[in-house]
Formats: sequence, C-alpha cells, structure tokens
Amino acid sequence: MNWPLEAFLSFIASMAFGVIFNTPRRTLLSCGLVGMTGWLIYRVFVLFLEDPVQATFAGAFSVALVAHLLAKRFKMPMIIFSVAGIIPLVPGSKAYNAMRNIVENNYLEAITFASEALMISGAVAMGLVFAEVLMQMVFKQMAKRIQKKIGMTQN
Amino acid sequence: MTQIDETRRELALDCFLLAGKLLMENGAETYRVEDTMIRMAISQSMTDSHCFVTPAGIMFSPSDKLATRFVRISSRRTDLERVALVNSVSRKLVAGELELLEAYEELKTIDRTNYMFNIWLQILAAATASGCFLILLGGSWSDLPFAFAFGGTGFIIVETILEKTRVKFFAEFVGALAIGVLALLAVYSGYGNNLDTIIIGSIMPLVPGLLITNAVRDLMAGHFVSGLSKGAEAFLTAFAIGAGIALVLSF
Repeated sequence: MNWPLEAFLSFIASMAFGVIFNTPRRTLLSCGLVGMTGWLIYRVFVLFLEDPVQATFAGAFSVALVAHLLAKRFKMPMIIFSVAGIIPLVPGSKAYNAMRNIVENNYLEAITFASEALMISGAVAMGLVFAEVLMQMVFKQMAKRIQKKIGMTQN
Repeated sequence: MTQIDETRRELALDCFLLAGKLLMENGAETYRVEDTMIRMAISQSMTDSHCFVTPAGIMFSPSDKLATRFVRISSRRTDLERVALVNSVSRKLVAGELELLEAYEELKTIDRTNYMFNIWLQILAAATASGCFLILLGGSWSDLPFAFAFGGTGFIIVETILEKTRVKFFAEFVGALAIGVLALLAVYSGYGNNLDTIIIGSIMPLVPGLLITNAVRDLMAGHFVSGLSKGAEAFLTAFAIGAGIALVLSF
C-alpha cells in the first residue's frame, strides 16, 4: 500500500466532507487532519491485527481524541471536528456487500457482511464514547489541579 | 420596576429559545443544546431553570413560578458554521462580554444570514470525496472519473429533490437509484471496470455521518428520546440508500 497517497486522499476526502457539512472556513484544514489521523491509524491496525473491528475502534478513538484537543484549542464544539473524521470509518462497503448478497439470494453471505457492518458501527460508537470519557477525566483532573494551585497560592 | 423585569425576562427567554432552536436545527447534539441554554439562563440569574430538548421541539421552564415556553423545530439540516457561531455568542454572554439585547440581535442576524458554501462548491466537494473514497477502498484509477461524476450527480439530485419536496427519505432513495443506474450503464458499456467500488465510492457523500455520531453521543449522555429518534433517522437514511441500490442490482 501507498502511505503518502492514502494520507493525501483521506485528507482531501475529510476536507470535502467539511465543505458539505459547512464547517467554519478556518477549521477546514484541521478537519482534514482529523480524518487523515483516523484513517491512517485504522490502516496501521488493519495491517498488524487484521481485524477491522479493533482497527475501527482505534481509528474512532483517535478521531475523537484529536477532535477534543482541537475543540479546546479553537474553543468550538467538538462535533465540528469529529463528524468529517468519522466518515471514512463508516462500514459503507460491508453494508453494500450485505445488500448485494440479499438481492442475489445469498442470505448466509449477507448475514456475515451485515453482522460485520454492525460490529464495525458498534466499534465506531465505542471509540467515540471511550475517548470522550477519557478526555472528561483528564480535563476534570486538570481543573482540580489548577484549583488546588490557586487555593495554595491564596493560603 | 416589575414591568421592566417582565420585559427583560421575556427578552431573555426569547434569546435562549432562539439559541436552542438554531443549535438544534443545524445539527448540534442534544446535550450541547441543553447545556448552552442552561448556562445562558444561569448567566441571566435564572438558576433553577429546566429544559427538555428533543429533535422536534424545545421546552424551557425558567422557574417553578413562571410560565414554561415551547418552540417547535420543523426542519433540520447540517450547518456546523452556525453551531460554532451560536456557541461563541453564548460563550460571550456567559463571560459578560455581551449584553442580553446584543446577544439577541446577534442571534437574529445568525438566523437570517446564509452561511452555506456555494452549491457548486458543495457539489465539487461531494464529487471529490467520491473519487477519494474510490481509491481508498481499493478501486482502480480508470474508474476514478466515473465515481467523481456519479458522486456529484447523486449529490445534485438529492439536494434538488430535498428542496422541492422536503421528503428526505425519497430524495435519498432517488439519489441512490440514479447512482446505481449510472454505474450499471458505465460498466455495461465497457468503460467502467468494477461496479461495486464505483457504487460504494459514489454513495459515500450521502452517508448519514452526523446523525450516527450525534445519536451515539446523545444515547451515551442519557438523552434517550433524541438518541433513538436520531438513530431512527440515520437508519431510515441508510435504508433508503440501500433500497435504491438494491433495486438497481436486482435487474
């Protein structure tokens, strides 16, 4: 596989989705970066673990993590950055194959593809949630530490 | 004195509801809408306010003595620029950088202005995304022009029908059907190589990505009504696309 090409294409695709969803102009590049991160991490995990479900989890997790950091940096809702980045991880081809096999009366194959698609969309959801919980814990800890610092300087 | 308080309170309520309506109409998560409204209310010293947000309407009760207000949300689309703008207005109001009246005026301006990218730029973006996904999902370079053209065409069809009929399900069905027919023609005429990758690449711009992310986040935050209804909308969209493609493949 061709790493620079994939990085470039996923960057452009995520930016294009940013345009479709009308994200603010100055965040378009960051949206592209988020999408690129998610896709590359997904590809690396597919290469080493050969399990698309775990790879999708890792990809979605990193997308949400980067989106949270960018949201703090830009002071904008996190959703602006995560939406475009999630799109490449959506199991479009699995769902398509499931549909195609149903139409061709290959129900057993269709079930295989459909359950894979279901597992992958579940992995996307879990990745998003885990990153969110992690970031909340980290930010709470940071807020506590800052409060402690202020309290100590006051004393 | 009480008269002034009354008008100011009405203004504050109008302001919160407009902010909530704008956020919900343009694709924010339910928990963000609630959070924004409550924060704005606290900044205007309404400390025991409650609000209940669903994708179809927002109820806001300023306190247990005052009347509850309701606003209906009839149309939803994705415009993240507006979400960011409303978010920054509410931040400024909470930080005390804006007066209530200024914030209300600014929200009204946001409501009136059209922030969407030029429609041709959107179509170009959809076409580009289709082309990129074709290659990313393992398609061959010779199929690239087909995915580019069909992705753009599908997007145009969906947007036009959505504008004319306001029935999202139908628009997506017809868009997917058109993509399927075009891809089939391209492959049968001998110019296209792989039917599957062309179709998958071209339907990518129609995938309900925002709805899926929002549904998951709402469900996890405990907003089951909104989470389930957004999930249902995402499922219906996916089903419409699948049905359009399946109809083509069955011939």
